[in-house]
Amino acid sequence: MSGAFRLAGRGRIDTARPVVFRFDGRMVRGYAGDTVASALLAEGRHLMGRSFKYHRPRGPVSAGSDEPNALVGVGEGGRYTPNLRATQVEIHDGMVVVSQNRAPSLRFDIGALNTLAAPVLPAGFYYKTFMWPRGFWDKVYEPLIRRAAGLGRAPTAPDPDHYALHYAHCDVLVAGGGPAGLAAALAAGQAGARVILCDENVEFGGSLLVDTHSLIDGLPGMTWVARIVAELERLPNVQLLTRCSAFNYGPHNMVALNQRLSDHLAAPPADMPRERIWQVRARDVVLAAGALERVLVFEGNDRPGIMLASAARTYLHRYGVACGRKAVVVTADDAAYRVALDLAEAGVKIAAIADLRPTPGGPVVEAVQSRGIAVLPATTIQRAHGHLRVTGAELAPIGADGTVGRGRTIACDLVLMSGGFTPSLHLHSQARGALRFDDALGVYVPGESVERVRSAGSCRGIFALDEVLRDGVVAGLAAAGGETGPVWTVTRQDAPGAGGFAGALPRRGPGHLALAFVDFQNDVTAKDVKLAVREGFRSIEHVKRYTTTGMATDQGKGSNVNALAIVSDVLGRTPQEVGLTTYRPPYTPVTFGAFAGHARGDQFDPLRLPPMDAWARAQGVVFEDVGLWRRARYFPRAGEDMAAAVARECRAVRGAAGIFDASTLGKIEVVGPDAAEFMNRFYVNAWTKLSIGKCRYGLVCRDSGFVYDDGVVGRIATDRFHVTTTTGGAAGVLNMMEDYLQTEWPDLDVWLTSITEQWAVIALQGPRARDILAPLVDGLDISAGAMPHMTLREGSIGGVPMRLFRVSFTGELGYEINVPSRQAQAVWDRVWQAGAVFGLMPYGTEAMHVLRAEKGYLIVGQETDGTMTPGDVGCGWAVSKVKPDFVGKRALALPAMNAPDRLQMVGVLTDDPQEVLEEGMQLVTAAETPVPASAEGHVTSSYFSPALGRSIAIAMVKGGRSRMGAALYAPRLEGPALKVTLVDPVFYDPEGARLND
Amino acid sequence: MQKFSAFSLARQAMGRHLGWRPQWRSVVPKPSYDIIIVGGGGHGLGAAYYLAKQHGLCNIAVVERGWLAGGNTARNTTIIRSNYLFEQSSSYYEHALKLWEGLSEELNYNVMFSQRGCLMVAHTVHDVQVFKRHVYANRLNGIDNEWLTPEETKAFCPPLNISPNIRYPVLGAALQRRAGTARHDAVAWGFARAASDLGVDIIENCEVTGIDRDPSGKVTGVQTTRGPIRAGKIGVSAAGHSSVVLAMAGIRLPLQVNPLQALVSEPVKPAFPCVVMSNTIHAYISQSDKGEMVIGAGTDSYVSYTQRGGLHIPAHTLEAICELVPDFRRLRMLRSWGGITDNTPDRSPITAKTSVPGLYVNCGWGTGGFKATPGAANLFAWTIARDEPHPINAPFTIERFRDGTLIDEAAAAAVAH
Repeated sequence: MSGAFRLAGRGRIDTARPVVFRFDGRMVRGYAGDTVASALLAEGRHLMGRSFKYHRPRGPVSAGSDEPNALVGVGEGGRYTPNLRATQVEIHDGMVVVSQNRAPSLRFDIGALNTLAAPVLPAGFYYKTFMWPRGFWDKVYEPLIRRAAGLGRAPTAPDPDHYALHYAHCDVLVAGGGPAGLAAALAAGQAGARVILCDENVEFGGSLLVDTHSLIDGLPGMTWVARIVAELERLPNVQLLTRCSAFNYGPHNMVALNQRLSDHLAAPPADMPRERIWQVRARDVVLAAGALERVLVFEGNDRPGIMLASAARTYLHRYGVACGRKAVVVTADDAAYRVALDLAEAGVKIAAIADLRPTPGGPVVEAVQSRGIAVLPATTIQRAHGHLRVTGAELAPIGADGTVGRGRTIACDLVLMSGGFTPSLHLHSQARGALRFDDALGVYVPGESVERVRSAGSCRGIFALDEVLRDGVVAGLAAAGGETGPVWTVTRQDAPGAGGFAGALPRRGPGHLALAFVDFQNDVTAKDVKLAVREGFRSIEHVKRYTTTGMATDQGKGSNVNALAIVSDVLGRTPQEVGLTTYRPPYTPVTFGAFAGHARGDQFDPLRLPPMDAWARAQGVVFEDVGLWRRARYFPRAGEDMAAAVARECRAVRGAAGIFDASTLGKIEVVGPDAAEFMNRFYVNAWTKLSIGKCRYGLVCRDSGFVYDDGVVGRIATDRFHVTTTTGGAAGVLNMMEDYLQTEWPDLDVWLTSITEQWAVIALQGPRARDILAPLVDGLDISAGAMPHMTLREGSIGGVPMRLFRVSFTGELGYEINVPSRQAQAVWDRVWQAGAVFGLMPYGTEAMHVLRAEKGYLIVGQETDGTMTPGDVGCGWAVSKVKPDFVGKRALALPAMNAPDRLQMVGVLTDDPQEVLEEGMQLVTAAETPVPASAEGHVTSSYFSPALGRSIAIAMVKGGRSRMGAALYAPRLEGPALKVTLVDPVFYDPEGARLND
Repeated sequence: MQKFSAFSLARQAMGRHLGWRPQWRSVVPKPSYDIIIVGGGGHGLGAAYYLAKQHGLCNIAVVERGWLAGGNTARNTTIIRSNYLFEQSSSYYEHALKLWEGLSEELNYNVMFSQRGCLMVAHTVHDVQVFKRHVYANRLNGIDNEWLTPEETKAFCPPLNISPNIRYPVLGAALQRRAGTARHDAVAWGFARAASDLGVDIIENCEVTGIDRDPSGKVTGVQTTRGPIRAGKIGVSAAGHSSVVLAMAGIRLPLQVNPLQALVSEPVKPAFPCVVMSNTIHAYISQSDKGEMVIGAGTDSYVSYTQRGGLHIPAHTLEAICELVPDFRRLRMLRSWGGITDNTPDRSPITAKTSVPGLYVNCGWGTGGFKATPGAANLFAWTIARDEPHPINAPFTIERFRDGTLIDEAAAAAVAH
């Protein structure tokens, strides 16, 4: 057997499979089934970490997820993970473990000097100092504090592992697989319910994992557990999850579980996720979360070698480890006596049991006494001695009046403490369940909940094993709607007994320099809690925030009840009056990457590709992201930069023809007898008189009167409109339409259908567009006379169904060929081939922006920012004056919306035609404007115009339309302001001759 | 008031810290005050402080339904910045930022205001346009803001992933160097302590149940769970519950209340030097002095007063964090929580007189009220004391929703929406 403290023949480890790992560079030997903590304890080593503030040497106080002290960093490179609990990390060969928050070493940590300064570092000291001299805070003091704070170091490489997310439904979710949870799951499963049972441990059993005394149906606890688990495994309607913590209880029984899958494996399969989050929607929930033993608060209670009695029992029975040679037990309940018996039987000397209660008694106490172990009633622990390891316990009698007498020190290397058990209320409380203080037990237990949830077993204050089993069955049957469940007989068990203690232990003398820890990790002492109350922090939430008690990585599992008791003691109020702090999820920390799951890299957000994406890629396109879409921005040829490529594309459109994938435009079909009326109410324009086969530019406002979206709308039939939206606005417009239709105008008989994905759009723009297109369309006359600007025709192109719009966003003769997306590439290819002889060229969004800016066409989201009315952007003409109502009508009538000094869309020309303004530049009236100053307006779009051979810009300027010809200045971030002149925003072909050609 | 300093700390240490007195007085409500502030968060406590300090009005009570500063003051992600787009907004937030810069000394309470800089990261061409407009607008208004290239962004915040091959590459960032974070609870406690010292009564566990008015309509006091209290003026600064309180005086506020969630990681050694905000992918992150990564999630879309939301909202934020800072993928969520945000239609606040004489309101701060705390408190105090708004908060009326003079920061993409 490796490890001087390992006991042969005990524990649930596999001694046939030795495991070697490294701790701070040193080889440590353990066995499969060990945790880092159990393997180190087997070597007699308790020192595993350093505390947050004082850098006190610390060893494990628990054996599970409530561990505050023994935090370690595990792994290397991208798999390095800080702040893991040594009590939960399962070892495997080659594992690399490091201690944290110490320099240069765990045994000798320079930060421990902070302990010497403890008298001037009470709770909240940082609120009272570091204020002088001003400016030193974030330059000097804060960096020092930051370096001292933190626990482990953050990872510095990307995590190579992957994570999974799983959604599940069940009838009954049972959280916790101890005796109550197993009983509940079996009862519910046998009643036919679909059951999910989860437990954070490696194996089911809960308290029975370490209870070698009790017998169920004559069987040892773990034999019974094996039998029940086997029965559960046989039920097809039951799912069993170990290493799986229920950590978040959301509204309507949505419970999140975190399953750890691969960390315990030395060489996990490459395709195995590291963790999986289960989002479980459960009809009913049974909480069987158990109870946590409370630490005792006394001077030096944080020395390595001082731990919960239940932890020592766990190390003994699960790992075959004796946590010391000679133990002193300090307790306020009976459970620690059973631990003492178990340890004594395993060869650990029990030097004494100090019982805070005046008259401990009962079978288990007598059993201890009959073994010759000294039981000291009405005895407290005054202090623990030692530094890197406890060396002795000073025990002192408590008089009848509560005063503590002179004590004597007993040498030991292990102090076990038990303040009784606190029910785990986290999940119940996260679900906003009420809590009730049980005076008899001295703890909070679950009260009413609005969810379909039941607590069972010790998490609701039931501790006797036979009652726990019955409680589990009752809860499982109630949750499943079953009538009869399994019955077991507990043939041997310890009665739970009365007792328990919370708060600071009584002591002799004021102990002004004593450090008695309430929250181990954050180094919050009993004095700190009292100081907070003294300074007026009477709410328990204030005490928590002022002292940071309960805010460490164990989230107060071991500390909250003691802090509460101290506050209630100082204030002279009952614990119920003081109350508990809010339980905040998660129950135990959960990996960020697990929440992200598969949503990483390209799967972080869906990537929407327009139909001609592959074609564009083959042309060597440069893309840009627009919403979820990836759009072609420009098509550079060898040696071209963006400016050159865009200029060439623009010239092609103005001189011959360009082809553009406009499929990302949002498209909505508005259909129904009331379609025209719906359009009338939704858009600012009038639609009733729009003839079939005609198009109109439509504007949507919010009810605030501000432009929300725009697009061309074509009337396909009396009751059918083909609506287009901006690329980014598609989903929003459809949502807004549905919102109005369903909530404001349920009287309208209209259907809305998104057809963005169904119809691809090939924009063909330029003076040769008709020449290219005419031979391709099947029997359709698209001559200027037959199909003028702003009309649409249904037909086909090479046999492919088509909705052809004659529209233009470039100012040139143009068509938008709508064809079914799946046939779009074929149609595109035909147009492309047909256009070759005419000099057809593909263009991207950048050229599109330049071309439309030359024409003074606005882009919603560029010229507008959600605060522009149609009138502001020169579209007042679109707003119907006669419609009785439309969205935004009332707002548009307000005086402020028609004020003469509103920002209005204008064109802007720089004095230097080569100077291209930067979008976002502000405009002011004087060349030398001292800041702070107010702007007259701002530049919204700015480009070099190939058609004009100079720079052009569009701006929003106060009263701009009445200031044509005026000079303004655009201050630069560096250098003198640029002089500009306000002009009409239509720079090119203002008569629109080319458009109507 | 007991002065706080390294010296006083050392002196009290000699006395074993038994000499510290409560930071604010525990009081029994008097029957009458000149002014009652409803809502004991940072804004309300600050307003009481400035009323006493700058306007000489000390007969004031702050009434708080629960524990002091237990609402959004206790729940935010502590980001402070003033780089808003519109001049009205940036003036307001800059007023606050200037007060932040001297607040620890002003209050003799270390609020740990740390000007670590705030990066607003751009991921699309549109983002770049919007943030550059911010830079130009802020600079003209005398507010620091600068544009960084992706490489400069990385140099300022090394953990950021600026690879061009990620789903939303970093195209640059707007940096406000004077922006940063502060210790949120300390702000409220500091105001409470200083206000209490000036004679302000701070009354916790006292819920307002009614507003009393005389026949002319003017307010005369409040009904509370601790009895009636008379007052000449009432200032309501109750965040999401402001509309509930003002309804007691017959005023309907245009507020919609949604949950907003946040979370922290386990503490680690310093690894993230500044505040980073990405509106496009909804990630907001900074590292606290304690070492926790403080992460703000998006707003839950449904209306609720429950101070909690769905898990998918923080999960989505963590997806974004893992993309932006892939090294943090193995960090772990330690604690998450929700608050409720009071949102106006234009996502800008209301700090104003109401139509009821003697009744004032400061609310509608939505997802961004913490950064404004001293500024809002200061201007709210001015408005109450003089019965007229300060020029800075003059545009932030209730009437703007009737007359159309909106200040639409949400539409301008300055905040997540």
